[in-house]
Amino acid sequence: MIAEILGNGYVQLGMKLGVLMILLPATLALGWVELKIGAHMQARMGPMYPGGFHGWAQTLADGIKFVLKENIIPKNADKSVFSMVPYVTMLGAALIYVVIPAGENLVIENLEVGVFYVLAASSIGVIGVLMAGWASANKYSMMGALRAAAQLIAYELPLVLAAAAVAMMAGSLSLVDIVEGQKQIVLAGFYIPFLPFQIIGFVIFLIAATAEMTRPPFDMPVAEAELITGAFTEYTGIRFAFSLFAAEYITMIGLSAFGATMFLGGYAPLHTALEFIPGIVWLLAKTGTILFLLIWIRWTFPRLREDQLQKFAWKVLIPLSLVNIFITGALKLTPWI
Amino acid sequence: MPDGYFGSYLTLAIYSLAMIGLVGGTLGLNRLVSPKVPGKEKMTTYESGVDPIGSGQSQTTIRYYMFALLFVIFDVEAVFLFPWAVVFEEIGVFAFVEMMIFVAILALGLLYAWRKKVLDWI
Repeated sequence: MIAEILGNGYVQLGMKLGVLMILLPATLALGWVELKIGAHMQARMGPMYPGGFHGWAQTLADGIKFVLKENIIPKNADKSVFSMVPYVTMLGAALIYVVIPAGENLVIENLEVGVFYVLAASSIGVIGVLMAGWASANKYSMMGALRAAAQLIAYELPLVLAAAAVAMMAGSLSLVDIVEGQKQIVLAGFYIPFLPFQIIGFVIFLIAATAEMTRPPFDMPVAEAELITGAFTEYTGIRFAFSLFAAEYITMIGLSAFGATMFLGGYAPLHTALEFIPGIVWLLAKTGTILFLLIWIRWTFPRLREDQLQKFAWKVLIPLSLVNIFITGALKLTPWI
Repeated sequence: MPDGYFGSYLTLAIYSLAMIGLVGGTLGLNRLVSPKVPGKEKMTTYESGVDPIGSGQSQTTIRYYMFALLFVIFDVEAVFLFPWAVVFEEIGVFAFVEMMIFVAILALGLLYAWRKKVLDWI
């Protein structure tokens, strides 16, 4: 009976769409975690009052306040483009989740070109930022949007090339096949993921993903001090929350899950003796590890200047990722692996 | 639900529509509960409190257009890399050498741009 209901296409579709319902609460939770971790890294307490226990309801209160705020569209702004922006940025962020597998069959849609699809979806958000910058009719916003585009141009390539090296390791672009490929090598019962072979790729991926999300130390596009949050200066209330915060955190979780799947073995357990723990727990644990790394990077590195940022991408990361592809190819062709 | 190649993209379309619905729903809720008090000052462009001069949608020099050109070249290269990455193990050493020549030519292009000081911010 239960199997029959679960086998129904429409029920399955409903469950797949249920993923969307988790995204906004996850955003709030991650927002709070980031506030707390950042605070403790700077020897502060962070939010303590809302909700009682260590201010757990801080971001929830923020969210409710955003909904209650007035929505202002400036007189000079291009109204239709201006109001389309939250849809574009949120869509770009949410589309990543479609191909992330939480189990061999537990995936919204196992696309053949999964890796390619994630890379494409994660760069849709920048179109939203450019739209916001142009439609706001504000000079600061325009500068912020152009900076965001410059950043995408520079850091999209290292990201793509790092992903190409992983595709070489697995011989497939489907994320399920990539995780299954990481179950091949078993050493004393431990599953060995691609991380030890792709350590350069993983570091490049982390840096490029941080830059794609315009998080510090790559936050020139939103630079609060000079550009007043860049492209989103004119945004207020819930539109601001969606375009900037929600989109950033949803992309962050999505790309972390993507990185966990590509380099850390996704839903594969650490050890063969731990197979009884469901795959989704492993995926969440590995995603959490990468999320913590991203938050750590954010609170401990100084911001890069625009020219340093371009130089770093073109003179260090891109040559390095080409070398990484060469190493991966040589590694795959040697008979002992 | 249709299966196969187009079936999987139908799920994608439904998912996107649901996401747009979610954002639209929240924006609709905001429209219902938020105050609406428009004012002359409130509607002006915010440029740090100074009255904006000229239009914000003005022509801008994009300093990084050379980077953009390089990006297009290398992104096309990346598109070629992916199908190769999937099948190269079956073809073996021949495919590897072939692709390394291709990558080396592009890397040479990057080196040329580097020497011509294109990669320095003007």
